[in-house]
Amino acid sequence: MNKEKQDHVLNYLNKNVRYDGRKKDEYRKITVETGIAATAEGSAKVTIGETVVLAGVKFEVGAPYPDQLDKGTMMVNAELLPMSNPRFESGPPNIESIELARVVDRGIRESNAIDYKKLCIKEGELVWTVIVDITPLNADGNLFDASALAVLLAIKDAKMPKLKDNKIDYKSKTDQKVPMLEEPISVTVLKIGNHYIVDPVSDEEDVLDARLTVALTKDNTICALQKGGEQPLSEKEIEEMVDLAVRKSKELRGYLR
Amino acid sequence: MVYKKRLDGRKFDELREIEAKVGVIQNATGSAYFRIGKTVAYAAVYGPRELYPRFMQDPKKGLLRCNYNMLPFSGSGERVRPGPSRRSREISLVTDKALLPVVDLEQFPNSVVDVFIELPQTDAGSRCAGICAASMALADAGIIMKDLVGAVSAGVVDGQVVLDLNYDEEAYEEGDVADIPVAYIPSLDKFSLLQMDGKVKKEDLVKALEMAKKGAMHIIEVQKKALKSKFEVSRK
Repeated sequence: MNKEKQDHVLNYLNKNVRYDGRKKDEYRKITVETGIAATAEGSAKVTIGETVVLAGVKFEVGAPYPDQLDKGTMMVNAELLPMSNPRFESGPPNIESIELARVVDRGIRESNAIDYKKLCIKEGELVWTVIVDITPLNADGNLFDASALAVLLAIKDAKMPKLKDNKIDYKSKTDQKVPMLEEPISVTVLKIGNHYIVDPVSDEEDVLDARLTVALTKDNTICALQKGGEQPLSEKEIEEMVDLAVRKSKELRGYLR
Repeated sequence: MVYKKRLDGRKFDELREIEAKVGVIQNATGSAYFRIGKTVAYAAVYGPRELYPRFMQDPKKGLLRCNYNMLPFSGSGERVRPGPSRRSREISLVTDKALLPVVDLEQFPNSVVDVFIELPQTDAGSRCAGICAASMALADAGIIMKDLVGAVSAGVVDGQVVLDLNYDEEAYEEGDVADIPVAYIPSLDKFSLLQMDGKVKKEDLVKALEMAKKGAMHIIEVQKKALKSKFEVSRK
């Protein structure tokens, strides 16, 4: 870890301010836009400060999982494009992109956001798969929250294509939306020294002690967690971080319209 | 010849609507957005930066390294599987060659200029859109260039020479289709990209090149306007 950078970030936090002038619990400016890729069945662009993330939905049909014969499926994939940050390199998905995809996936999956039973076409034979791809255009921190929001918005934006002879006719979209039961919101809280912050920029992520991503349903039930960072967390710390996540999730929920 | 009216109502030598912006990706040294019709390309330039592995470094000149990539949801049909394909690698190669004549590699020995082209949405003409975005992104990055590069495809649809084919025209089934993507460098009056698939008579090829040249000249004017407007805003 870069000691100078850590001192720099901490010096400011000790004065209760971030070095970009924000409060510790303050998000950067958020904008959301849907329908940004006409070739996708659903798509969204989320901007948090300088971080820009695109998410796009494509559908496939295929055989169900053997243990869920009457349910459709979902897959989340993330590509940390070298376009979006000089540190990202071309090549097969690295561990950062796998973690990002899996954490976003877990929030959607475990909250039962999608009604998978309604994505069954013929029990035991044919079901829909919803595939969501996360592609940051510019990565400057907090890809977790930006991606989770973009993925949910893209799924909500999606219109199912037509099915013809058990194959997808991508040319004709229907008016049918992906059947949804829940709308999970992800908030990532960072611990740096004795401070908790939300919506980190890259420089703050570089010096974090611990990170906790909390996915929450509409009634504030926790539906997924992911701890990151090298330092362990106490019970009290976890409680405080979850409290902050719950408080901030209300604000983020406003962007779902 | 039966192709008397274009499927989307354009004139035979008419480009689709174009939108161009620079400075759209903050982390990059230079960047651009280029939309032509329903085809959208982003380009980000990083560098000149140190080239690894070191044995690739050349003390006499730098390296231009282009990477073309369709985002998984950018095709109107099935999801495009992420990662390089034979197609995307070939397009990266010809993109490189399309831009090389205008970039002075001797200005950055031992270094690399990386150009990343990403397409969130495509409707034919994506390699040309990518080259246009890259041309602007290189200029935005302050890379010393001899000229801008304008790229567009021309072609022959059922005997009629047309400019800037969209997907429906490329897939036209009632007659032969030739698709000829080109990149044009005005100051040299030369083409740095030339590919073709389909069938075309020599006379039609010449006509198509002439038409593409005019299209590319127009595109370069749009590129220049976008580059200038970035600095006009900051003057206010």
